[in-house]
Amino acid sequence: MIFLDRVQNLGHTGLHFIGNIGRATLILFHALVGKPDGLRGFRRLIQQLYFVGVLSLLIIVLSGLFIGMVLALQGYNILSKFGAEHALGQLVALSLVRELGPVIGALLFAGRAGSALTAEIGLMKTTEQLSSMEMMGIDPLNRIIAPRFWAGQISMPLLALIFNCVAILGGYTVGVKWLGVDVGAFWANMQSAVNFHDDIVNGIIKSAVFGTVITWIAVFQGIDCLPTSEGIGRATTRTVVYSSLAILSLDFFLTAVMFGVT
Amino acid sequence: MIKSRTAEMTVGIFMIAGILSLLMLALQVSGLSFFLKDDPGYKIKGEFSNIGALKVRAKVALGGVVVGRVVKIALEPETFNATVWMTVDPNRVDNLPIDTQASILTAGLLGDNYISLTPGFDESQYLKEGSTISIGNTNSAVILEQILSKFLAGQASKDNSADTSSNNPLGDRR
Repeated sequence: MIFLDRVQNLGHTGLHFIGNIGRATLILFHALVGKPDGLRGFRRLIQQLYFVGVLSLLIIVLSGLFIGMVLALQGYNILSKFGAEHALGQLVALSLVRELGPVIGALLFAGRAGSALTAEIGLMKTTEQLSSMEMMGIDPLNRIIAPRFWAGQISMPLLALIFNCVAILGGYTVGVKWLGVDVGAFWANMQSAVNFHDDIVNGIIKSAVFGTVITWIAVFQGIDCLPTSEGIGRATTRTVVYSSLAILSLDFFLTAVMFGVT
Repeated sequence: MIKSRTAEMTVGIFMIAGILSLLMLALQVSGLSFFLKDDPGYKIKGEFSNIGALKVRAKVALGGVVVGRVVKIALEPETFNATVWMTVDPNRVDNLPIDTQASILTAGLLGDNYISLTPGFDESQYLKEGSTISIGNTNSAVILEQILSKFLAGQASKDNSADTSSNNPLGDRR
C-alpha cells in the first residue's frame, strides 16, 4: 500500500508540474497577445523599465567593475607564469562577453528584479487588487503582466551590455594601469580575439533568452502564489531558485549550440 | 509612485547607456576602431619583407623604451613588401637619424611582435612626418616555425647520413 501511495504522489507531482507549465504558457500568451493600448501602455512600460532596469543598474555596475578587476588580477597571476601577460585583454574580454556578462548579469537580475516582481504581483493578488481589476472589467494580465514582462525582456540585454562594458574597463584599469600590461597589446589582442558576430551578438542572444525566462518565471510565481504572507515569501524564494537553475542549465545548452561543435 | 517625467528621463539615460556599451563593445573590444583618437606624433613608414604576426597597435620601442605605436599595415602592390606605418611620439624622441634601422622582434618566446628601432649615424637628416625606412635598413620578423623546420630538416639529413654510414659496416659484416 505504501508503495502505491508513493506512485500516486509521484503522479500527482508530475501532473502538477505539467499543469503549471501549461498555465504559465497560457498566462504569458494572454498577456502578450492582448491589444496594446497606445500611449498609456507605453507610459506603463516606461514606469516598469524604471523599476526593473534603472534600479538594477547600481548592482550591475558595481558587480561588473569588481568582476572585471578580479578577472584581470587572477588572469595576470597565471599568465605571467608563462610570460604571456599580453594575452590578458583577450582572456578578460572573451570570458566576459561570452559567459560571465550574460550569466552573472542574469543571476543578479533574478535576485534584484525577479524577486521584486514576484513580491509585487503576489501582494497585488493577496490584497485582491487583481480580482477587483477583473470586476472593473480591466484585464489584469494585459495591465499588470505585459508591461513587466516587456520591461524585463528589454532591460536584461541592456544590463548585460553595461555589465560587460564596465567589467572590461575594470579589467583594463587593473591590468594596464596597475599591473603594467602594455596598453596596445591589451586592446590589440582583445580586438583580434573578439569577433563581433560570434561573441558579442551571441552574448546578447543569451542575455535576451535569460531575460525572457527570468521575467516569465517571476510573473508566473507572482500570479500563482498562495494569497497569504507566507505564500508571497515562498513564491519569491521559488522565483530566485528556479530562475538561477534555469539560467545555469540553459547557459550550458546555449553555449553548446553557439560555441560547442563547430 | 515616482514622477513620470523623472522615470522617463532615467529610462532614457539607461537606454543610452546600454547603446553606448554596445558601441564600445563593437568598436573598442571587437576591433572596429575608427573612433579611437590617433596616437600623438609623426608618422614614419617602414618596408619589411616579412612582418610575421605584427599587429596594428603593436609597440615601437627604442632601446626597450616604448616611443610609439604601429598604426597601419599594408602590402606594397609592386614590390610585394609589407609597409608598416608607425607613429613616433616627438616628446620621447625627435631626432632619429635618416639611416635608423627597424627590426621586428618578439617579446619572449610566446610574446607579441613589436618593432625595435636602432638609431643610425647619419645625422645630416632626421626622420620626419612621412619619411620611409627603406627595406635595406629593416630586419624582418624571425618566424619560429621556419627556423624549426630548417633545423629539423638539417637534423634529418644528418640522421640519414649517419644511418648510411652505420649501415655499411653492418652490410660488410654480413
